[in-house]
Amino acid sequence: MNNDNILWTLAGHFALLSLFAIGGANAAIPEMHRLAVDVMGWMTDRQFTDMFAIAQVTPGPNVIVVTLIGYHVAGLPGALVATLAMCGPTCLAAYWIGGTWERFKQARWRTALQAGMVPIGIGLMAASAFVVARAADHNLVAAAITLATACITFWTKLNPLWLLGAAALMGLAGLV
Amino acid sequence: MPGTSDTPSTPSITVTPTLTEILVAFVTMSLSGFGGVLPFARRTLVEERRWMTSEEFNDAFALSQFLPGPNIVNFSVVFGARFRGLAGAAVALFGLVTPPLLIVIVIGILYARYGEIAALARALTALGAAAAGLIIATVIKMALPLVEEGLSPAPVFALLAFAAVGIMRWPMHWVLLALVPLSIGVAFFVHRGRRA
Repeated sequence: MNNDNILWTLAGHFALLSLFAIGGANAAIPEMHRLAVDVMGWMTDRQFTDMFAIAQVTPGPNVIVVTLIGYHVAGLPGALVATLAMCGPTCLAAYWIGGTWERFKQARWRTALQAGMVPIGIGLMAASAFVVARAADHNLVAAAITLATACITFWTKLNPLWLLGAAALMGLAGLV
Repeated sequence: MPGTSDTPSTPSITVTPTLTEILVAFVTMSLSGFGGVLPFARRTLVEERRWMTSEEFNDAFALSQFLPGPNIVNFSVVFGARFRGLAGAAVALFGLVTPPLLIVIVIGILYARYGEIAALARALTALGAAAAGLIIATVIKMALPLVEEGLSPAPVFALLAFAAVGIMRWPMHWVLLALVPLSIGVAFFVHRGRRA
């Protein structure tokens, strides 16, 4: 009974969240954090950041952070329910809209829709960066890692995996 | 986006992938997609298999970005449906999501058991710090075109969304219910003003 409740809660929250995730899964990180840490108390700040980090280093779409949260909250069923809820509604929308989208290529409302949504997606992504950085950067070394990674990624074409690997090694070595 | 989409310079692709080909392509893309699948999707579908032209890819991806929810997941559905209907959409989605889902569940099990080990916890903290840096760089790259556009209302809406969700920590759906119609409305009229 209790388990059923938590699954419905997961499904409801993530389905709602997915409908507002303008700019993709990473744009919804602040809301996931607010939900999982502040509102529901499913996990600590640190656990959330850990899951975000794990999702970033796992191959595949970034949305799998939702799978981890679901697993943490309600085990295997939680992982599946959360992932389905996050992907299902917008996949249905993509399926129905995909065919007709081409037809409205020149329509003014379509241009306005896209032009209006892009900046909001970017603002949400910026909020993600802010929320994750604030949760992860407990000390100066961590803040320096964030800053260095941001600069190197922005100014060079270095594969981000190297940066993530270097950071993980610094952590293992006890520098953070 | 380049304004060449109206010229018939790039002929439409005639090769239609089979369901198995779609599945293999999306599993491969997904498993090589460290830090995001998009670059690998473009390489696989446009450059290697040539199932789409660059313009077709951009257009399908623009739709996937415009829809809420995980972009590349939406894209897999749009792509699969275009070539093989409902079955194609299901196969592409399945191929994209299942492998990382299994991997991440295994990691989740390991994390539940060993996540508290001090060295591992520190490694994860450092990883989180680096991952935050990656997002910061992505955001700056995405925001630059907005700023370079000159006088436009777009940066204002980006800042409002950032402040409301990131700093004030207001619930995202309330913020968006207020901001999205406003932003689209303004874009509608700004666009009309430019045409006139």
